[in-house]
Amino acid sequence: MAEALTYLYAITRGTEPDLVRGLEGIAGSGVRWIEVADLGALVSDVDEDEFGEAALRRNLEDLEWLGTTVRAHNRVVEAAAAALPVAPMGLATVYYGDDRVRERIAERAEGFESVLDRVTGRTEWGVKAFADLSAAPADPGEPESERPGTAYLRKVRHRTKSREESKQEALQQAADVHASLAELAEESRTHPPQSRELAGYDGVMVLNGAYLVDDARADLLVEEVRELAERHPKLRVELTGPWPPYSFATILEDERETP
Amino acid sequence: MTSEPRDLSPVELRGPGEVALVDLLDRLLAGGVVITGDVTISLADVDLVKISLRALISSVQAEIPAQEVSRDD
Repeated sequence: MAEALTYLYAITRGTEPDLVRGLEGIAGSGVRWIEVADLGALVSDVDEDEFGEAALRRNLEDLEWLGTTVRAHNRVVEAAAAALPVAPMGLATVYYGDDRVRERIAERAEGFESVLDRVTGRTEWGVKAFADLSAAPADPGEPESERPGTAYLRKVRHRTKSREESKQEALQQAADVHASLAELAEESRTHPPQSRELAGYDGVMVLNGAYLVDDARADLLVEEVRELAERHPKLRVELTGPWPPYSFATILEDERETP
Repeated sequence: MTSEPRDLSPVELRGPGEVALVDLLDRLLAGGVVITGDVTISLADVDLVKISLRALISSVQAEIPAQEVSRDD
Protein backbone atom coordinates (compact mmCIF):
# COMPACT_ATOMS: atom_id res chain seq x y z
CA MET A 1 0.00 0.00 0.00
CA ALA A 2 2.84 2.27 -0.87
CA GLU A 3 1.92 5.77 -1.95
CA ALA A 4 3.33 7.14 -5.20
CA LEU A 5 5.73 10.03 -4.84
CA THR A 6 6.97 12.35 -7.56
CA TYR A 7 10.72 12.35 -8.03
CA LEU A 8 12.13 15.53 -9.58
CA TYR A 9 15.28 15.17 -11.72
CA ALA A 10 15.77 18.55 -13.30
CA ILE A 11 14.20 21.79 -14.40
CA THR A 12 14.65 22.78 -18.01
CA ARG A 13 13.93 25.86 -20.08
CA GLY A 14 11.22 24.74 -22.44
CA THR A 15 10.38 21.11 -23.03
CA GLU A 16 11.20 18.52 -25.64
CA PRO A 17 8.34 15.99 -25.79
CA ASP A 18 10.42 13.39 -27.66
CA LEU A 19 13.07 13.38 -24.97
CA VAL A 20 11.11 11.27 -22.52
CA ARG A 21 10.01 8.67 -25.05
CA GLY A 22 11.45 5.42 -23.75
CA LEU A 23 13.60 7.25 -21.19
CA GLU A 24 13.92 5.14 -18.07
CA GLY A 25 14.14 6.83 -14.70
CA ILE A 26 14.78 5.53 -11.22
CA ALA A 27 13.74 1.93 -10.50
CA GLY A 28 12.50 1.40 -14.05
CA SER A 29 9.99 4.26 -13.86
CA GLY A 30 8.94 6.18 -16.97
CA VAL A 31 10.07 9.80 -17.10
CA ARG A 32 7.40 12.48 -17.73
CA TRP A 33 7.23 16.21 -18.20
CA ILE A 34 5.42 18.66 -15.97
CA GLU A 35 5.16 22.13 -17.47
CA VAL A 36 5.02 25.30 -15.42
CA ALA A 37 4.94 28.46 -17.53
CA ASP A 38 8.05 28.24 -19.74
CA LEU A 39 9.82 25.83 -17.42
CA GLY A 40 9.79 22.06 -17.77
CA ALA A 41 10.23 19.59 -14.94
CA LEU A 42 11.42 16.05 -15.57
CA VAL A 43 9.78 13.72 -13.09
CA SER A 44 8.81 10.12 -12.53
CA ASP A 45 6.76 8.17 -10.01
CA VAL A 46 8.61 6.41 -7.23
CA ASP A 47 7.38 4.34 -4.30
CA GLU A 48 7.12 5.60 -0.77
CA ASP A 49 8.59 2.22 0.23
CA GLU A 50 11.81 3.30 -1.34
CA PHE A 51 11.75 7.09 -1.17
CA GLY A 52 9.79 7.86 1.97
CA GLU A 53 11.80 9.51 4.71
CA ALA A 54 12.71 6.41 6.70
CA ALA A 55 13.43 4.31 3.61
CA LEU A 56 15.52 7.06 2.09
CA ARG A 57 17.60 7.50 5.20
CA ARG A 58 18.38 3.78 5.18
CA ASN A 59 18.89 3.51 1.42
CA LEU A 60 21.26 6.46 1.18
CA GLU A 61 23.77 4.57 3.26
CA ASP A 62 23.56 1.50 1.05
CA LEU A 63 26.32 1.86 -1.49
CA GLU A 64 24.72 -0.44 -4.03
CA TRP A 65 21.35 1.33 -3.90
CA LEU A 66 23.07 4.69 -3.98
CA GLY A 67 25.12 3.72 -7.03
CA THR A 68 22.12 2.49 -9.00
CA THR A 69 19.99 5.49 -8.06
CA VAL A 70 22.66 8.07 -8.73
CA ARG A 71 23.29 6.59 -12.18
CA ALA A 72 19.59 6.52 -13.04
CA HIS A 73 19.24 10.15 -11.92
CA ASN A 74 22.26 11.11 -13.99
CA ARG A 75 20.98 9.27 -17.06
CA VAL A 76 17.84 11.41 -17.10
CA VAL A 77 19.73 14.64 -16.45
CA GLU A 78 22.28 13.89 -19.18
CA ALA A 79 19.56 13.15 -21.71
CA ALA A 80 17.96 16.49 -20.88
CA ALA A 81 21.24 18.41 -20.89
CA ALA A 82 22.00 17.15 -24.40
CA ALA A 83 18.86 18.90 -25.68
CA LEU A 84 18.02 21.85 -23.42
CA PRO A 85 19.43 24.21 -20.81
CA VAL A 86 19.08 22.25 -17.59
CA ALA A 87 19.17 22.89 -13.86
CA PRO A 88 19.75 19.45 -12.34
CA MET A 89 18.33 18.76 -8.90
CA GLY A 90 20.27 17.27 -6.05
CA LEU A 91 19.66 13.58 -5.45
CA ALA A 92 16.33 12.53 -3.95
CA THR A 93 14.21 15.65 -4.34
CA VAL A 94 10.83 14.03 -3.79
CA TYR A 95 7.26 15.42 -3.56
CA TYR A 96 3.83 14.15 -2.61
CA GLY A 97 2.46 14.35 -6.14
CA ASP A 98 2.70 16.50 -9.27
CA ASP A 99 0.71 19.40 -7.81
CA ARG A 100 3.32 19.90 -5.12
CA VAL A 101 6.02 20.00 -7.80
CA ARG A 102 4.05 22.67 -9.70
CA GLU A 103 3.61 24.75 -6.55
CA ARG A 104 7.26 24.55 -5.63
CA ILE A 105 8.48 25.47 -9.11
CA ALA A 106 6.09 28.41 -9.31
CA GLU A 107 7.39 29.63 -5.94
CA ARG A 108 11.01 29.41 -7.04
CA ALA A 109 10.61 30.29 -10.72
CA GLU A 110 12.96 33.28 -10.50
CA GLY A 111 15.66 31.20 -8.88
CA PHE A 112 15.40 28.58 -11.61
CA GLU A 113 15.45 31.22 -14.33
CA SER A 114 18.64 32.66 -12.93
CA VAL A 115 20.30 29.23 -12.67
CA LEU A 116 19.27 28.49 -16.26
CA ASP A 117 20.65 31.85 -17.40
CA ARG A 118 23.97 31.06 -15.74
CA VAL A 119 24.36 27.61 -17.29
CA THR A 120 22.97 28.11 -20.79
CA GLY A 121 25.64 27.47 -23.43
CA ARG A 122 28.05 26.30 -20.75
CA THR A 123 29.23 22.90 -19.62
CA GLU A 124 30.79 21.59 -16.44
CA TRP A 125 34.19 19.87 -16.49
CA GLY A 126 35.97 18.18 -13.62
CA VAL A 127 39.70 18.28 -13.03
CA LYS A 128 41.37 16.24 -10.31
CA ALA A 129 45.03 16.23 -9.45
CA PHE A 130 46.93 13.62 -7.45
CA ALA A 131 50.40 13.72 -5.97
CA ASP A 132 52.56 10.72 -5.21
CA LEU A 133 54.29 11.67 -1.98
CA SER A 134 56.25 8.44 -1.77
CA ALA A 135 58.47 9.67 -4.57
CA ALA A 136 60.27 12.04 -2.18
CA PRO A 137 63.94 12.94 -2.69
CA ALA A 138 66.41 10.37 -1.37
CA ASP A 139 68.07 10.69 2.02
CA PRO A 140 71.44 12.37 1.41
CA GLY A 141 73.12 10.00 3.92
CA GLU A 142 75.34 10.76 6.90
CA PRO A 143 78.83 9.99 8.23
CA GLU A 144 79.46 6.30 8.95
CA SER A 145 80.37 7.09 12.55
CA GLU A 146 76.71 7.71 13.31
CA ARG A 147 75.12 5.37 15.88
CA PRO A 148 72.29 3.17 14.53
CA GLY A 149 69.58 4.77 16.76
CA THR A 150 70.55 8.26 15.70
CA ALA A 151 70.64 7.23 12.07
CA TYR A 152 67.17 5.71 12.36
CA LEU A 153 65.68 8.82 13.94
CA ARG A 154 67.32 11.02 11.38
CA LYS A 155 65.87 8.91 8.59
CA VAL A 156 62.38 9.07 10.04
CA ARG A 157 62.71 12.82 10.50
CA HIS A 158 63.97 13.24 6.97
CA ARG A 159 61.13 11.16 5.58
CA THR A 160 58.52 13.11 7.52
CA LYS A 161 60.01 16.43 6.53
CA SER A 162 60.38 15.62 2.86
CA ARG A 163 56.87 14.18 2.75
CA GLU A 164 55.50 17.37 4.28
CA GLU A 165 57.56 19.46 1.86
CA SER A 166 56.38 17.41 -1.12
CA LYS A 167 52.81 17.83 0.03
CA GLN A 168 53.15 21.59 0.34
CA GLU A 169 54.75 21.72 -3.08
CA ALA A 170 51.98 19.59 -4.59
CA LEU A 171 49.28 21.75 -2.99
CA GLN A 172 50.95 24.85 -4.38
CA GLN A 173 51.03 23.31 -7.85
CA ALA A 174 47.39 22.27 -7.52
CA ALA A 175 46.50 25.85 -6.58
CA ASP A 176 48.28 27.04 -9.75
CA VAL A 177 46.35 24.55 -11.86
CA HIS A 178 43.07 25.60 -10.28
CA ALA A 179 43.82 29.31 -10.76
CA SER A 180 44.61 28.84 -14.46
CA LEU A 181 41.45 26.83 -15.06
CA ALA A 182 39.30 29.21 -13.01
CA GLU A 183 40.50 32.03 -15.25
CA LEU A 184 39.35 30.18 -18.35
CA ALA A 185 36.02 29.20 -16.78
CA GLU A 186 32.94 31.33 -16.17
CA GLU A 187 32.60 29.87 -12.68
CA SER A 188 34.58 27.42 -10.64
CA ARG A 189 34.42 25.61 -7.33
CA THR A 190 36.27 22.85 -5.55
CA HIS A 191 34.79 19.73 -4.00
CA PRO A 192 36.46 18.14 -1.00
CA PRO A 193 39.06 15.46 -1.82
CA GLN A 194 37.33 12.14 -2.47
CA SER A 195 37.39 9.23 -0.08
CA ARG A 196 40.31 7.03 -1.01
CA GLU A 197 38.37 3.85 -0.21
CA LEU A 198 35.49 4.84 -2.48
CA ALA A 199 37.56 6.30 -5.28
CA GLY A 200 40.43 3.84 -5.07
CA TYR A 201 43.28 6.13 -6.06
CA ASP A 202 46.95 6.17 -5.08
CA GLY A 203 48.69 9.10 -3.49
CA VAL A 204 46.99 12.24 -2.26
CA MET A 205 44.18 14.07 -4.01
CA VAL A 206 45.31 17.69 -4.05
CA LEU A 207 42.61 19.08 -6.32
CA ASN A 208 38.99 18.13 -6.99
CA GLY A 209 37.80 21.06 -9.04
CA ALA A 210 34.70 21.78 -11.11
CA TYR A 211 34.66 24.37 -13.88
CA LEU A 212 31.74 25.84 -15.76
CA VAL A 213 33.09 26.56 -19.22
CA ASP A 214 31.57 28.32 -22.19
CA ASP A 215 30.92 25.70 -24.89
CA ALA A 216 32.94 27.77 -27.36
CA ARG A 217 35.97 27.34 -25.07
CA ALA A 218 35.67 23.60 -24.42
CA ASP A 219 38.59 22.73 -26.72
CA LEU A 220 40.64 25.43 -25.09
CA LEU A 221 39.97 23.91 -21.69
CA VAL A 222 41.03 20.42 -22.76
CA GLU A 223 44.21 21.87 -24.26
CA GLU A 224 44.90 23.94 -21.13
CA VAL A 225 44.52 20.87 -18.90
CA ARG A 226 47.02 19.04 -21.07
CA GLU A 227 49.51 21.89 -20.89
CA LEU A 228 49.07 22.33 -17.15
CA ALA A 229 49.73 18.63 -16.65
CA GLU A 230 52.94 18.92 -18.64
CA ARG A 231 54.03 21.97 -16.69
CA HIS A 232 53.40 20.18 -13.38
CA PRO A 233 55.07 16.80 -13.81
CA LYS A 234 54.73 15.96 -10.12
CA LEU A 235 50.97 15.88 -10.43
CA ARG A 236 48.82 13.29 -12.11
CA VAL A 237 45.92 15.18 -13.66
CA GLU A 238 42.58 13.70 -14.58
CA LEU A 239 39.92 15.42 -16.64
CA THR A 240 36.28 14.33 -16.41
CA GLY A 241 33.30 15.53 -18.33
CA PRO A 242 31.44 17.00 -20.01
CA TRP A 243 29.00 17.07 -17.08
CA PRO A 244 25.57 18.57 -16.74
CA PRO A 245 26.11 21.69 -14.60
CA TYR A 246 25.56 19.94 -11.25
CA SER A 247 28.17 21.91 -9.36
CA PHE A 248 26.81 25.25 -10.52
CA ALA A 249 23.07 24.76 -10.31
CA THR A 250 22.76 26.39 -6.95
CA ILE A 251 19.89 28.52 -5.74
CA LEU A 252 20.73 30.53 -2.73
CA GLU A 253 18.00 30.30 -0.13
CA ASP A 254 17.47 34.07 -0.23
CA GLU A 255 17.66 34.37 -4.01
CA ARG A 256 13.94 34.91 -4.40
CA GLU A 257 14.14 38.00 -2.18
CA THR A 258 16.73 39.69 -4.35
CA PRO A 259 15.35 41.60 -7.34
CA MET B 1 55.64 -0.10 -0.48
CA THR B 2 57.13 0.98 -3.73
CA SER B 3 59.67 3.74 -4.02
CA GLU B 4 59.40 3.81 -7.79
CA PRO B 5 57.44 6.78 -9.09
CA ARG B 6 54.02 5.68 -10.20
CA ASP B 7 52.61 6.27 -13.60
CA LEU B 8 52.74 10.02 -13.89
CA SER B 9 51.50 10.23 -17.44
CA PRO B 10 50.32 13.81 -17.87
CA VAL B 11 46.57 13.59 -18.34
CA GLU B 12 44.00 10.89 -18.16
CA LEU B 13 41.02 11.56 -20.33
CA ARG B 14 37.90 9.64 -19.55
CA GLY B 15 35.33 8.91 -22.16
CA PRO B 16 31.73 9.84 -21.41
CA GLY B 17 30.82 6.18 -20.86
CA GLU B 18 33.08 5.72 -17.88
CA VAL B 19 31.62 7.98 -15.25
CA ALA B 20 33.02 7.08 -11.86
CA LEU B 21 30.52 6.74 -9.04
CA VAL B 22 32.52 9.00 -6.72
CA ASP B 23 32.54 11.81 -9.28
CA LEU B 24 28.77 11.50 -9.54
CA LEU B 25 28.40 11.49 -5.77
CA ASP B 26 30.40 14.72 -5.49
CA ARG B 27 27.92 16.31 -7.84
CA LEU B 28 24.63 14.75 -6.81
CA LEU B 29 25.14 14.97 -3.07
CA ALA B 30 26.86 18.34 -2.87
CA GLY B 31 25.59 19.88 -6.10
CA GLY B 32 22.41 20.28 -8.06
CA VAL B 33 19.66 22.65 -7.14
CA VAL B 34 18.79 22.12 -3.53
CA ILE B 35 15.19 23.02 -2.85
CA THR B 36 13.18 21.53 -0.10
CA GLY B 37 11.29 18.44 -1.16
CA ASP B 38 8.27 17.12 0.72
CA VAL B 39 10.35 14.22 1.86
CA THR B 40 12.95 16.12 3.76
CA ILE B 41 16.27 14.55 4.28
CA SER B 42 19.49 16.42 4.36
CA LEU B 43 21.98 14.94 1.97
CA ALA B 44 24.62 16.28 4.31
CA ASP B 45 23.39 13.42 6.51
CA VAL B 46 24.71 10.95 4.00
CA ASP B 47 27.76 9.79 5.74
CA LEU B 48 30.23 8.96 3.02
CA VAL B 49 32.78 7.91 5.58
CA LYS B 50 30.32 5.30 6.81
CA ILE B 51 29.55 4.24 3.26
CA SER B 52 33.20 3.91 2.35
CA LEU B 53 33.78 1.98 5.54
CA ARG B 54 31.02 -0.39 4.51
CA ALA B 55 32.45 -0.70 1.03
CA LEU B 56 35.71 -1.61 2.68
CA ILE B 57 34.09 -4.06 5.07
CA SER B 58 32.21 -5.78 2.29
CA SER B 59 35.39 -6.17 0.27
CA VAL B 60 37.06 -7.65 3.34
CA GLN B 61 34.03 -9.87 3.94
CA ALA B 62 34.50 -11.32 0.51
CA GLU B 63 37.90 -12.59 1.59
CA ILE B 64 37.27 -13.94 5.08
CA PRO B 65 34.49 -16.08 6.57
CA ALA B 66 31.43 -14.00 7.35
CA GLN B 67 31.08 -15.04 11.00
CA GLU B 68 34.41 -13.41 11.84
CA VAL B 69 33.26 -9.97 10.81
CA SER B 70 31.54 -7.99 13.53
CA ARG B 71 28.87 -5.66 12.36
CA ASP B 72 28.98 -2.00 13.22
CA ASP B 73 25.26 -1.58 13.83
